[in-house]
Amino acid sequence: MPPEANLSFAAAFAPALLDPARSTPSLVTGPNGKAAGRRYDVYRNNVTVSLIDALAAIYPAVQRITGTDFFRAMARFHVRSNPPASPLLFEYGRDFPDFIAQYEHAQAMPWLADVARIERAWLDAYHAADAVPLSPARLSAVAPDRLAGLVFIPHPAARCLRSGYAAVTIFAANRDNTTVTRIDASKPEDALITRPEFDVTVRRLPPGGAVFASRLISGRPLGEAAAAALEAASDFDIAANIAGLIEAGAFTSLADGDRS
Amino acid sequence: MSTAIRPTSPTAMPLRFALPIGGVAGTSFKPEHLPAILEAGPRRGFFEVHAENYMGAGGPPHRALEAIRREHPLSLHGVCMSIGGPRPLDKAHLARFRGLVARYQPALVSEHLAWSTHETSFFNDLLPLPYTEATLACVCDHIDQVQEAIRRPLLLENPSTYVAFRESSMSETEFIRAVAERTGCGLLLDINNVFVSATNHGFSALNYLADFPLSRVGEIHLAGHAEQADDEGDLLLIDSHDGPVADAVWKLYEIVIGRRGAVPTLIEWDSRIPDWPILEAEATAAQAILDRRQSAVPAGERHAA
Repeated sequence: MPPEANLSFAAAFAPALLDPARSTPSLVTGPNGKAAGRRYDVYRNNVTVSLIDALAAIYPAVQRITGTDFFRAMARFHVRSNPPASPLLFEYGRDFPDFIAQYEHAQAMPWLADVARIERAWLDAYHAADAVPLSPARLSAVAPDRLAGLVFIPHPAARCLRSGYAAVTIFAANRDNTTVTRIDASKPEDALITRPEFDVTVRRLPPGGAVFASRLISGRPLGEAAAAALEAASDFDIAANIAGLIEAGAFTSLADGDRS
Repeated sequence: MSTAIRPTSPTAMPLRFALPIGGVAGTSFKPEHLPAILEAGPRRGFFEVHAENYMGAGGPPHRALEAIRREHPLSLHGVCMSIGGPRPLDKAHLARFRGLVARYQPALVSEHLAWSTHETSFFNDLLPLPYTEATLACVCDHIDQVQEAIRRPLLLENPSTYVAFRESSMSETEFIRAVAERTGCGLLLDINNVFVSATNHGFSALNYLADFPLSRVGEIHLAGHAEQADDEGDLLLIDSHDGPVADAVWKLYEIVIGRRGAVPTLIEWDSRIPDWPILEAEATAAQAILDRRQSAVPAGERHAA
């Protein structure tokens, strides 16, 4: 008899873990035939609460904004419909911002999903591979006629996010326990997330900056990124933005993209 | 935060602690304790981490673990391998686990007799399994794969459980003994788990320990538990790791050390984490029991851990 023949226990045990409508699996019992309902509920509780806790750890600013009860109710829906696929919990919750955007009771906070996206990017930057950031001197050494074709190799932690709301300001105001002053949420903001050494930083980019940074991070040459940024913002300051991105640790090295 | 980043290769990490590490007490390593630990300087004992927390590519977690590992032996404790589940092991996860063993050269490597993944869902809990010939074969096959990957024996931890399976055809100690004999793995004896399961299932913890293959135990876990009630209102203990070790568990620990000799012993504390001195004091209490045993037995008769 192949061993698989008697290995159906997990298929019988698992479905009710995240589904309170299902009854206790009949294959489990307490001692001497005692009921197993509250006993099985320990597993249900461990699974659900620990996964809600995982989302709370990834999205602390969202939880501070909504309050704990609101957050845990919202997270419970998400945990039940989208349990993690990976055993690495720091990878969990990638689809939570989209869930928040759709969540009926969060519609009064249209910027909340973007705050969550910044928090998710923050954690990705935190766990990204270590790399030595680009030294500003490297750029100074590039001949002027090679600048337009220059390609920047992104730091593994570097990320750029755009929001139609003041998501960066709201994120920054709610990541710690300082007092939050009044914020005009309707002002669009773009975020640059980097971790040059060990501290993750989130900066607000100037107009055109996100177009510029995301082009460079995705490996497009400097000339193309600059043209796109100038189209987005006619007063875009190319030199200041390059210097700012390098100083933030967005890149590790340079490559000559113009190989013709 | 001015420390320069140096890529760390497995060969660059010196193996400063001979195996085995003997009868020393350690604690769970929690990042919030790092400043206090480094401030106090190297201490006797070891630190244990959950492997999955260090499976990211880089960043502060590895920096903290490298700082701890420079001065102390490390115990790598896997939580998510799903060794007890019917599904094939996750090859990518096994490769990550092997990578951590190579990088940090831990003195102890352990995993659980439990499962946590089914189909495409990871449940983030240590779920129970029935004890049958079929599950025995499956668990042994999984342990063979892990030991082949890490090129060393794994310590398998006995679970704490809240339910039993009607289909089980052997006791937990019979099952664990058979796993150890067939795979050559060592055992991690969690005495709090024994106490929790004994209470929950109405068996004698002392009888369980009498049946447990103590000679294969390479590490002991001690932890706190919480109290609830089952459907009949009877006491149901929860393996919560959120408080000090219970007096009854300390008593069982002294009995085990008296029989087995001194082995590396970990104080596990995973939630409602106290300040470092409180956790360290628990380890000091375990160390006193280990040292009492070690001074009472002539060196030549001591068991290697």
